[in-house]
Formats: sequence, C-alpha cells, structure tokens
Amino acid sequence: MRATARRVWGLMYRHLALYRRSWPRLLELAYWPTLQMCIWGLTSTYIASRLPVGGQVAAGVLLGGVLLWEIALRSQMGVAISFLEEIWSRNLGHVFVSPLRPRELVAALIAMSAIRMAVGVLPAVLLAWVLYAFNLFALGPVLILFAINLMAMGWWVSLAVVSMILRHGAGAEALAWSVLFALTPLSAVFYPVSVLPVALRPIAWALPASHVFEGMRAVLNTGVIQWDQLAIASLLNLAWLLVASWLFAWQFRVARERGALLSIGE
Amino acid sequence: MNAITVTGLSKRYGETLAVDGIDFSVPPGGTVGLLGGNGAGKTTTIAMLLGLLIPTAGRITILGHDMAHDRFAALARMNFSSPYVALPHRLSVEENLRVYCHLYDVPHASARIAELAAELDLGGLLDRPAGQLSAGQKTRVALAKSLINRPDVLLLDEPTASLDPDTGDLVRTWLERYRAQSGCTILLASHNMAEVERLCDMVLMMKQGRIVDRGSPADLLTRYRRDDLEEVFLDIARDRQSERSA
Repeated sequence: MRATARRVWGLMYRHLALYRRSWPRLLELAYWPTLQMCIWGLTSTYIASRLPVGGQVAAGVLLGGVLLWEIALRSQMGVAISFLEEIWSRNLGHVFVSPLRPRELVAALIAMSAIRMAVGVLPAVLLAWVLYAFNLFALGPVLILFAINLMAMGWWVSLAVVSMILRHGAGAEALAWSVLFALTPLSAVFYPVSVLPVALRPIAWALPASHVFEGMRAVLNTGVIQWDQLAIASLLNLAWLLVASWLFAWQFRVARERGALLSIGE
Repeated sequence: MNAITVTGLSKRYGETLAVDGIDFSVPPGGTVGLLGGNGAGKTTTIAMLLGLLIPTAGRITILGHDMAHDRFAALARMNFSSPYVALPHRLSVEENLRVYCHLYDVPHASARIAELAAELDLGGLLDRPAGQLSAGQKTRVALAKSLINRPDVLLLDEPTASLDPDTGDLVRTWLERYRAQSGCTILLASHNMAEVERLCDMVLMMKQGRIVDRGSPADLLTRYRRDDLEEVFLDIARDRQSERSA
C-alpha cells in the first residue's frame, strides 16, 4: 500500500514540478474558466436587467451552469492533458517499464486533475462572487455532491479519451480539448432537458451532468434538493466509470500487443 | 536459476514476423550483447523483455517471475535505458531522478541521488533542466535513472549511441565497474562492436528476427576466423560465412 501511494505520488510530483517551473502552464489553468465566467457574467447581467421578473434567478442559473460545467471540463482535461504531457516529453517508455501499475497511473492522473481543477476553477468562482455577486457556495453542502459527480464525469470521459489516444496515438489528442464541449448541448447545462428535441432526451438523461444541472436549477429556483437526481447521476457515473475502465484496460492491452507504448507520440 | 530465460519467443505484426521463436538465457551477473542490423528484432526483443510488448508466442522469465503474469515484481528489480526514450525536458535532473526514486520506491532518495551524482559526475547538473543538457550529459543522466533502484537486471538499448568516443568510453567504464560491484545482469543491444566485445560475455547475433549465431566474442572471432566482431557482424549480415568456409 505504501509503495502504491509512493508510485502515485511519484507521478504527481513529476507534474507538480512541471507546474512549479512553468508559470504560463499555471496561468493557463485559470485562464479559460475565468474568461468564460467573465463573458457569461456580463451576459447574465444583461439578461437580468432585461427581465423584470426572475432575472436574477436566470442570471444565477447561467453563471452556476458555467462554473459547475467548468468543474467537469477541467477535470476531464486534467487527466487527458497530464497523460499527453508524458507523450509530449517522450517519457511514456520509462513510465511503463517502471513498476507503476496502470491503475496507479490513472489514480495519479485523477489526483492531478483534481488539483488542476481546483487551481483553475476556484479563482473563477471567487471572481464571480466579487464581480457579479454570485456566490456558488450559496448552493450549500449539496455543491460538494454536484462537484464530485461532475468531476467523476470528467474522469470517465477522459479515461475514454486516453483509451482513444492509446489506440490512435497522438492523432487523437484533439479529443482531449474537444470531447466534453461536444457533450455540452446534451448536458442540460443552461436549459432543462425538456428543451431538447424528444429524440435527444434519452441521450441527455444518460449523462450524469444532465441530472446534476437539473438538480442545480431546482436548488436555485426553489431551494429544494432533488436527491433522486443526485442518486441517478451517481449511479450513471459509476456505470460509465466501469465502462471507461474496461475500455482503458482493453486499449492498454491492445497498445501492448501493437507495440504502441513506445511509438505513441510519433 | 538464470536471471533471464527466454523460450520460443515470437512477435508477429500482421504478415511480418519481427521475432521468430528465439531462445536464450542469461546467467546472474552475465552480460549478453544483442547484435544485428536494423530491423533484426533487437528492440522488439527488449520491448518484450520489459513488458512493453506482448509476445505472440513464447515465454519470458526474469528473476524467477513470469513476465506474462507477474511482470511488476520483475520490473521493480529491473531498469532500462535507451537514447530513444527521453526524460521530461523541463524538469531538473534532480527532479527527474526523484520521480524515479518514487516510482521504484527507492529508500533515502536524496542520498541515492547524491551517490549517483558523485559516481556519474552529475553534481553540477542536478539543478539544470534535462532539456538543456548535451547528448553526453543526457546519457549520463539516463544511466543514473536506469541505476536508481540498483537493478538486478539492466536492459540497455544502444547505451552509447551518438556519444563521442571519450563519453562512450566513460559510460562503458562505469558499466563495467557497476557490474563488478553489484553483480548485475546486463542485456545490451548495440551497433558498436567494440563495445560489445569489451562488455559482453556472450553475444546473440540476430537476423530477420532469429538468433542466427551465439557465443562469446572470442568464440565468434575464432569460428569466423576474424579479428574483430564488426567483420563477424558483416559476415552474418551479408551471408559471407559460407563463402569464407568454402
């Protein structure tokens, strides 16, 4: 157990040392969440000023959606980009011939993702409070459950992305940035699932984020916590995490069969 | 018990048979050279020994561990160096070595890094980013990384490729010293015949995925009636063996 923890820490240390030496990388973590929050904050302010009734709630729903969705986005990118860092530095060969188990690699990437997410999203959350008087923490302790579910969704999506990178090499690295953006319209971030065309609703309901955002809107609109939505989101995350873990294990084995672990960045 | 035992090892990529049913073993403390032209199957063999590549057929046992089922127990006691695999360029040499101290669960990391820095003359380099080192310095750092866990089995893929003769000689001298001190088993793939002749107790000559000849450097020189291994290599690579016998 101690050796496992040390190996996980070893890989985390490698990434933390990288951030310590590169302030542009640190700045980049907070750049997009803060920019997104500023743009949507101004949009929310405009909407609130045009709506005589319910404007503040609508603005809060928009800003809450932006900030919570950033948790999923940054969690997903945190895992995928940390893995890509190993490819870009041509270090994977060394990592995979060390006693580091694949599950320990995933644990280290997830831990790094949580750190990256906190460093990236917290400044935006605090700025939203300062600039737009929107306090995300006013959602109460349930915010923690929303955040955990969104992080978990980011992680299983990124495991699927890493699997695709193992399968298709660096050519699939664009997925690291784009895949969750593609899911945004179906994740009910800014509007309820009922707004979507009927044919797309089953897909939306299969995504944990839709249940989280329905729950968030319920809290902001009525103050009621919809525990059933949280339970469904958690179960969906568990199911998707199992699928993504199987996909990762399968593609890792295929990469070992094809000899892709040494040539993956080429 | 041999440190490395390879039985019927094959690797097929589609129609191409990269390694074709090879067998060999390396006794504890032995140094074996894997020689062959480009595409002979040396790197594929090393990748299979390291668990990076799953064989199509055959069995590999390292330090008593079956690499198909128990590779992590063996990997903890092995290490590897290749000029084709880099260390993160932005991390300092010390940070890089510390990462691998953690990955290999090396006790007293700072002391081990200081020890290697003294032995490999890395003292002045520890704070420098790995990406700013010269080829020779990078090789010494890669060697330090490969020795970080005091491996019982060391796999080296062209350890002195692209080094000047002086640095190459330093590396070879250091490997000889380390082997004498530690009793480490070394498998070495190289195109440098003088290096193989100097370091290896036994040589495996590979061609088109097969081991076509084997023996100590002295045996091979006698059998092929040559003065150096380079000529033996060319005899095998160009099928001149039969001509000379005739």
